[in-house]
Order: sequence, then structure tokens, then C-alpha cells
Amino acid sequence: MKRNRNNRLFDGTLLRRSLRASFVKLDPRVMIKNPIMFTVEAVTFVMLLLIFYIAFTGDTSQGSLLYNIVIFLVLLATVLFANFAEAIAEARGKAQADSLRKTREDTPAKRIGTDGKIHTVSSSDLKQGDIFECVAGDTVPADGEIVEGLASIDESAITGESAPVIREAGGDKSSVTGGTKVLSDRIRVKVTARPGESFLDRMIALVEGSSRQKTPNEIALTILLAGFTLVFVIVCATLKPFADYVGANITVAAFISLFVCLIPTTIGGLLSAIGIAGMDRALCANVITKSGKAVETAGDIDTLLLDKTGTITIGNRKATAFHPAGGCDRQEFIRRCVLASVADQTPEGKSVVELGAAEGIRIDPLHSVGVRMVKFTAETKCSGVDMPDGRRIRKGAAEAILRLAAEHGNACPEEVEQTVRRVSGNGGTPLVVCENEKIIGVIELQDIIKTGIRERFERLRRMGVKTVMVTGDNPLTAKYIAQKAGVDDFIAEARPEDKLEYIRREQQAGKLVAMMGDGTNDAPALAQADVGVAMNSGTQAAKEAGNMVDLDNDPTKLIEIVEIGKQLLMTRGTLTTFSIANDVAKYFAIVPALFITSIPALQSLNIMHLHSPESAILSAVIFNAIIIPLLIPLALRGVTYKPIGASALLRRNLFIYGLGGIVAPFIGIKLIDMFISMFF
Amino acid sequence: MNTEILGVVLQWVLLVVLCYPLGRYMAKVYKGERTWLDFMAPVERLIYRLCGIDPSQEMDWKKFLKALLTVNLFWFFWGMVLLVCQGWLPLNPDGNPGQTPDLAFNTCISFMVNCNLQHYSGETGLSYFTQLFVIMLFQFVTAACGMAAMAGIMKALAAKSTKTIGNFWVFLTKSVTRILMPLSLVVGILLVINGTPMSFDGKQTLTTLEGSEQVISQGPTAAIVPIKQLGTNGGGYFGTNSSHPLENPNAFTNILECWSILILPMSMVFAFGFYTRRRKLAAWIFTVMLFAFTTGVVVSVWQEMNGNPHIDEMGVAQDLGSMEGKEIRIGSGASAMWGMVTTVTSNGSVNSMHDSQTPLSGMLQMLNMQINCWFGGVGVGWMNYFAFLIIAVFISGLMVGRTPEFLGKKVEAREMKIATLVVLMHPFLILVGTGIAAAVAAANPEIGWLNNPSFHGLSEMLYEYTSSAANNGSGFEGLADNTPFWNISTGIALIMGRYFPIVGQVAIAGLLASKKFVPESAGTLKTDTGTFSLMTFAVIIIVAALSFFPALALGPIADYLTI
Repeated sequence: MKRNRNNRLFDGTLLRRSLRASFVKLDPRVMIKNPIMFTVEAVTFVMLLLIFYIAFTGDTSQGSLLYNIVIFLVLLATVLFANFAEAIAEARGKAQADSLRKTREDTPAKRIGTDGKIHTVSSSDLKQGDIFECVAGDTVPADGEIVEGLASIDESAITGESAPVIREAGGDKSSVTGGTKVLSDRIRVKVTARPGESFLDRMIALVEGSSRQKTPNEIALTILLAGFTLVFVIVCATLKPFADYVGANITVAAFISLFVCLIPTTIGGLLSAIGIAGMDRALCANVITKSGKAVETAGDIDTLLLDKTGTITIGNRKATAFHPAGGCDRQEFIRRCVLASVADQTPEGKSVVELGAAEGIRIDPLHSVGVRMVKFTAETKCSGVDMPDGRRIRKGAAEAILRLAAEHGNACPEEVEQTVRRVSGNGGTPLVVCENEKIIGVIELQDIIKTGIRERFERLRRMGVKTVMVTGDNPLTAKYIAQKAGVDDFIAEARPEDKLEYIRREQQAGKLVAMMGDGTNDAPALAQADVGVAMNSGTQAAKEAGNMVDLDNDPTKLIEIVEIGKQLLMTRGTLTTFSIANDVAKYFAIVPALFITSIPALQSLNIMHLHSPESAILSAVIFNAIIIPLLIPLALRGVTYKPIGASALLRRNLFIYGLGGIVAPFIGIKLIDMFISMFF
Repeated sequence: MNTEILGVVLQWVLLVVLCYPLGRYMAKVYKGERTWLDFMAPVERLIYRLCGIDPSQEMDWKKFLKALLTVNLFWFFWGMVLLVCQGWLPLNPDGNPGQTPDLAFNTCISFMVNCNLQHYSGETGLSYFTQLFVIMLFQFVTAACGMAAMAGIMKALAAKSTKTIGNFWVFLTKSVTRILMPLSLVVGILLVINGTPMSFDGKQTLTTLEGSEQVISQGPTAAIVPIKQLGTNGGGYFGTNSSHPLENPNAFTNILECWSILILPMSMVFAFGFYTRRRKLAAWIFTVMLFAFTTGVVVSVWQEMNGNPHIDEMGVAQDLGSMEGKEIRIGSGASAMWGMVTTVTSNGSVNSMHDSQTPLSGMLQMLNMQINCWFGGVGVGWMNYFAFLIIAVFISGLMVGRTPEFLGKKVEAREMKIATLVVLMHPFLILVGTGIAAAVAAANPEIGWLNNPSFHGLSEMLYEYTSSAANNGSGFEGLADNTPFWNISTGIALIMGRYFPIVGQVAIAGLLASKKFVPESAGTLKTDTGTFSLMTFAVIIIVAALSFFPALALGPIADYLTI
């Protein structure tokens, strides 16, 4: 499957656009949203005033003009780097979304007027509720729901999947997306979202920041970081009287440098970029999120509800054997089975016809004139045909057919019961067939479990996520497949309300639940779930109810979404740790530098043996500034998630980002100092 | 010399060995389970009846805190009236006059917040009546108040999901009747046996060996000293606190009193483990605290027993270590140990002059109080650690890719706000206070507050505010602190340093308790592991200790490097 992955982090146009944006973002009204970087901007402004003061008065008690200008520039760069991080994350998300949007701009739409005639208008003129027509070769102008007709559609522009899909009016596959191409037939579509209000547009607005709200977790982290900033305001402000008391003279530049180095600028500068990048990554995986919170919640998921079909097993069950019973002739039995299935368009029905053909029984659909189809319904749980001669052939779930037989006073042959049990026990699904309410045999359907799915569930289990298989199968079959695929729990004979019930029960136990669905009857469960992913092919109701839309219609996508969510939180946590751990080295670089001139004995605190007080301070602020752009790639890509259990993960990240955060600046500052001391 | 080290080791072992069973007993007391002290139940019932308390009433965290603050306000007025009027009250054989209102105010606040900063001398400033019914009473009830707050937090954290966190009055009463009283009785009797006075007679006049006359103060000392130590109060009966030969007669009583300081804060950690059935978590918290405490003890004992290098250079023998400001019957090792024990807890009683200890010991004493959670005050020490724990949980939780949880409760913006404020308040009080004082002292060199100029002078001021904010109450001394400036500013630090954290920490626990319980999974951050404990330790060092690094660099570190 092709993905819209853009692995190049820095593309020329993006870079230019982001550079411009980083200057625009210097506007204090924008900066105030990020309290940490706002304080840096404020003190940078103070440095600017100081430079003017020195330039006009020639007073050098605050250090040379050049030195102050350099400090000012480094501080300004710190702010710009932080702005750049945010801008590049925004630009990447926008570019990603733009490429999706481009496909749908200004396509002609054949709108059907109130008079029933077709007018060709621009897609941007379509309003919600309008009906338009598409024939083979047309590009669908807007998101909508098919109200009439059936068509095969190429969705590769959105999903990257080249095989065409069938969309038809009514049912769960009625939705079309703007930008996709109709390959055959004719459909009439009702517009469900005005241009500019579709999910994609909503997501673009989220990424661009116009409607981006901080997630609860981001708010909590901002509070913590603001708290740290306040501590260091106090530390630096009170240092002035202490120094005065012991007679040490400290320059304004030194105070400001100490302050900027101590406050968590690294995480402060990258925080919003990390959040946006999380949504970008979701978009890269072809998932549109309706809020940043949804991505974050995905990382917390405890329980994952997965449909069996398509997720755990390949496609659908297939008929694998016929088991006639009650003295019914084998050939006759197969014949009836095929008869009952010939007009049945469900995958199971088709597979019965195929298997019948393989056994030499073919029935031309033309021969079935006068045959009345009995469609499958959720109540009867069976389907079949009424023959012109009055015979009623039904096939369906064992319990439904057995009940039907029992209602008419027909006993169930012992061998049928045995066969049903045996087939179920082997993970198959028995379809019991009856003629005139008399049981004549069993069709065995088997599921084929996807390769590699077991390993994915194992991975989820190590993440602490419980997987639940949802299936319409009977409990025996469900249990067998559940065991074989390695899921933790299953809901058998599931009706839509069972899903809802299960989700509620899990939530009452304090768990967060994610599920994927496409049908209208999934909508309540999608809305109830903490993370509800609707398939793009699903109904409008489902898409509205969920908080994410998967453009690929890939049921295993949930697993990926969970990892994206975890990555997002982890990136925040590790960079916070790194940022705070950096302070240790910065203290040892700057504090001795502040006092060495007045108190030479404090030289022994200069454990890095930095060249001079000025070079020490400069090295620390330079390190503090350049660490931001150096970490932008990490912030955008996210920290790699490894499902090795929470304790091991903490140990690993604490080692890399905690210990690394302590050691890296010692080395970095020393190197910069060695470089600077060549000039001073 | 070896005996001195053995004495220090013995104290350490006695503490570590005995705190475990005591912790289990304390958990039982607060849980209301059967203990061998159940014969106190009628006494408790009588107290409840007299005070109109319904012991079965459950309080939510707001009600709990309201009760706590109300009873503190009541004690304040109680203390004020008795101290001002003590001259007319009974049990005043020496005829000491009533305290002036401003001194009474200071004394009252300081004892009410379990700090016991003393701007008076016990021999002349108090009568036996006020010693017993203000000082000793406060030493019992304020310690019990901290323990009750801790009990509320334990109840909140033990439950899966609860709106109520227990009854403050019951916790308060039981802390006194089941824990503080019985232990104080045992310690008191041992002190009396070793020569600490216990009488209501007035001063004794003796003729010394030199033939001169000396007036010796005495009184119900043995009643007050045990609770002074056990309740991490620290306010001495005599002006010179536990360096006074009647308050702390010999090496045995020194070990006993030193043990009494730390035993309840240590036991409280295990009590938490038993109460919440998180023994492994408690053991790890204990390990972190013990590690930090022991490191301090080793460095300080080594520093003090080594003495001052300049004295060595002068060719003067100092086999006993640095003895300036220390008692010869106690020795430098035990004095250093006491200095660490009294500052890791919020005790503040002293058996030597902290001002005279070597600079690194002075720095460690300050650091202990600046961090204020290596065991800490009874109840409140663990609660301070709890605030850091919440911050560590938050950062580590993110690092493992989950919204942070502690004991199955999600830690969100509201809890973070409170925890951050609580953690912020401590450096704020200390640094801003010292900053103002330093600015005043620098602007008015003639003000005459300080015995020492320069770095040591800064240390003296820093120590005073550190001790106030940490509710410790010990002084670096060498500071003329009985002036309106110091009385008022440290008074503010005392009140803020006591009630702000208690309210915040109980609120966090109350808020967490009312949340939905999230069951553990493989993805949940485990807080009872070495890695997480290391993380908490790092957070404390970087956030709490390093905030003071610039100030300490100008104070004790500069002092040490320029000695």
C-alpha cells in the first residue's frame, strides 16, 4: 500500500515558508501563548535596550558592546529557532493536507436543480444538501452520500490503494469522498459537507493553528514548565541582592543568560511542534483526526475493539466442505445449497456457489426464474429461496435454523448436532441448511487468519493494550479464532448494541476504549468509544460519530494510531527530561562565571575549565539556542516507541534522555567554549 | 574516635530497624484495626463526647482542611491569651512575667506551625504553666495535626475511588493517644532515670566547687523533651536546647533523643506502605530518603571529626574533631549526626552550635531543609515528597507514552497546578526572604544583624529563612533575630511554609481520590521500581536542590573554598 509519507524533513519551499513564519511569530501577541518563549523574548528585548544604552553612553561596566550584541543575537536566535520549529511542523502538516486537497479543487460538478435538470457548476458552488451526478470518468466534486445508483470508484488519490471499490446507495458503503474518480456506472450523490467544512479542511485548520487548542496533557505540561520558569525567575532575581551583599558584580547580560539557560527553553520551544507533528504523523498514515486530543488519547488506550472480518481474518469466511445429513443425497444436498446461494451476493453465498462448482454442480442464474429470494436479516439470521414448486430452502446460523426446525416440529438429526459442534470447535462456521424446515445438512465455512496478526497482538499486549475481537460468529467459533489469532477477549454473536455495552463496561472499569467501525449502526459505539475511528468508506453517520477518519479503510490502522499517540506523549516526556537535565551542566558553566572575577576561589566550581567568564556564558547560551534546531527532527519524527513494557521503557528513555541530557551539554558547552576561545 | 563512629552507626541501625514495626503499628491505628493500645478507646470516646465530635462522620478533603485550619486558629488564640497572662497564672515559682504581645505572637505562631523558632529563653520567658499548657500542648497537637493530614492522604490514596478522606478529629486524637503519648511516656521515663529533672520546684541555688553561688533552673523538663523530639517540634525547654546538661545529660540520652527525632517520620513512610498496601513503593521511597540522609550524615560526620585544616596548620591537636560550639560529653561525631537528623526532619532542636560547624556541614543542613522531604516533619515530610512524586510521575508517565497516573489515578492539569505551586513556594519563601534581608543589610552596613560579614553572613541569613520556611526552627544563630524585621518576615515564612503545602498536598490527594480508578496494565508506569525512584530523586535534586545552587555558591561553598 502506498502511503503519503514524506520522509524528507526539510524541503526547500517548506523551509523558506517556515523561515518567514518564524519572524512573523515574533509578534508578542502570538508569543504570549507560549509563556516560556515569551519570557525569552521579553529578556531579549531588555538586551536590545541595553545595547542602545551602551552604544549611546559608552558605559562598559556591563561588558563590551560587541559581547552584548552577540548575546542579544544568540537570544534572538533562540526565540527564532523555537518559532521555526513550530512553523516547520505547521508547514509540513499543511503541505500534506494540501496535496490531499488539491485533488478536489475546482472540479466541475453536475448539480441536479430543483427542476430535475443537470447544471454544470464549480465544485466550490456546491452547498450541503445539493445533489449531483457522476458518471464513469468523472471526479467526485465533494464529500457526499450516494442516494441513487452504484459505481466502482478509484480512491487511489486519497488512499493510495489502486484497486477500485464499489460504492452503492443504502447500506454501509454509501459514502464517497471528493477527489476520487468514478470508474463505471452512474451515481447520484447528496453533498454532506460544504466545501471548507469537510474533515480534511477541519484537520488543516487544526494543523495551521487557527483552531488548535491545547490538549489537557499539553496544558498540564505547560503549567509545570511555567512553574519551573517561575522558580528560575526567583533564583535569578534574588541572586542580585546576594551578589551585592558579598560584593560580587554581575552584569545584566550574565543575569539574563543564566535565566534563559535555566528555564526549559528546549521543551518550551518544541512543545507545540511536537503536538502538530503528532497530527502530521497521523495524516501520513492517512488518518484524519478531528482534534489533537484524539491522537493523545490513542496513546492511552487500554482496550481495542477489532472486527474479526478484515482485521483478524482475511476478507470473509469461505465454504470449505458440504456435510449432508438425514439421509440426504450428497449431490442433491450440494445442489440445494447452491440453489439457496445463487442469488446471494454475500461473500459467503458466493463461496458456496464456487465450492459447488468445484464439486461439479452449476446452476445457471437464468434457470432460477420464478425463484423468490429471501434476504438475510439480523432477526431471522438466515437466507434462502422459495422455489416455484413451493419448496422452501433456507441456510443460516445453526441456532436460527434449529429453532426454525423445532418450531415446525422437526427434530434435529444427531449427526447434524455433532457436525455443528465439530465445525465450530475447529474455528469454522457451520451453516445449517433446511428444506421445508427439515434439516438436510451443514455447510462448513472457514476463516483464514491473516499472517503476522498474532505478532501484532503480542506487540499490543506488551504495550498493555487488551484486544477484543468482535464477531457475529457463535461463541465456539469465536473462541477458536480468538485463541488462534491471540486476542485477549472476544464478543461472539455480536449485535451493534453489544459493542456499545462492552465499551461502557470497560469504561466503567476506568479503561479507555478504541474501536473502528463503518456502518450507521456502529455510530453509537463509535461515539461512546474514547477513540472512534470511522472508515472513509463508511456512512456519514459513522464518520460524524467517530473522532478520526481512516482514509485507507484499513481495519488494522488502530494499532498504528495507538503507537502514534504513544509516540506523541513520549516525545513530550523525553524532551522535557532532556531540557531539565541540561540545567545541571548549565549551572556549572554559568554560576562560576558569574562570580570568578569577584571571588577567585570559586574557580574550583569551574569543573569544565571554561576559558573565561565571557566565553563560558556565551557557550552556555549558544548551546541552549542550537539544541533547539538540532532536536527539531526528533520532535517532528517522534521518539521511537518500543513495546518493551513501561518499566523497561522508562529505564531506556531515562538513560538516553536523562543521562544524555546531563552529559550532552557538558560536552557541547566545552566544545563551543574551545571554539570561542580562539577568538576572544 | 571509633566509639564515636560506633555511636553514630548504632543510632542509624536503631532507627532503621525499629521504624518498620512502628510503621505497621501506625497504619493499624489509622485504619482503626485492633492494637494492644485499645484500652485507650474509652479515653478517646470521652474526648469525642466532650468536644461534640461524631467519630463516624466522614469528611471530604475540603471539610477535612477546614477542620484542620479552624483548630489551628483556635490554638493560636489559646496560646496568645495564656502567654500574655502567664504572670498571673499558677505554677510560676520563679515569678516570670507575661510575654509582651509581639513576643507572644511570635512564640505562638512558631509553635503552632510545628516550627519552634524561639526568640525567648525557656528559663525566664515562660512559666511552668505555659511550658505545659502552651508549649507542650502545642508540641503534641501540632505534631498530631501533621500526622492527621498524612492519615487523610493515606486514606485518600488507599481507596479505589472515594469522595471522603476520613475524619480529621479522629486522626488527630488517635495520633496523640495511640502514638505520641505512649512513646513520649517511655522516652520521658528513660530521661528521668538519666537525670533530666521533673518537678514543679523553682530554681535551685547551689554552691559550686569553686565556692561561688549558681542558680540552676529546672522544672517539668522530662515531660517536654520527649515530645519536643518525637513530634519534630524542637523547641527546647532550656534556652540552649539539647546541649543543656539537664535537657540532654549524657551519651545515652543523646542517642535516645536523636532517635526520637527521626523515628516517627521514618515510620510514617512504612505506615503509608502498610495502609495503602503498597509496601514495595514505600520501601523504595524509604530507600531514596535513607540514601540522601545517610550521604549527608557521612559527609557531615567526616567533616566535623576531621576538624578545621587551619587549626592543624597551627600545630594544635584536634583529635576530637572540630569542637567549636560543641559539647564535650557529646562529641563531634554525634553532634554532626544530630545536625543532619534535626534538619532532614523539621525538628530544629540542637545539641551544638550549627553556626560553628564546618561550612560543608552547614551547607548540608541548609540543603536538607531546602529539600525538606528526606523523611521531613512527622506526616508533612512524606507529604512534601508526595508533591515531588506527582511531578516525577507526570514526567515519567509521558516518557512511557501514557497520560500520567499515580496509584491508578490520572494526574491532570489541576493536580499539576497545585503540585507546582507547592514546590515553587519553598524556594520562593527562602530566596525572596534572604534576598530582601541581604539587600537591607548591604544598604545599611551599620544595622548590626550579623556576627560575621561576607559569605558566612549570607549563610546566616539564608539559614534563618530556610529554617523558617521548612518549619525547622533551628537557627544558625550568630544572627540578631529578635528585631521587628526578622520577627515579621520569618513569621510570614513560617505560616506560608506550613499551611500552604498542607492544604495543597491534601487537596491533591483528595482530588486524586475522587477520580475514577484506572486498572494497571503492562503499559502503566510502575512507581515501585528503582528506576522511578531514581527519577524522583533526580527531580528533587534538579528542581529543589539546584535552585539554591547560586545562593549556596555565594554562601557556604564560597565559605568552604575560602576557609
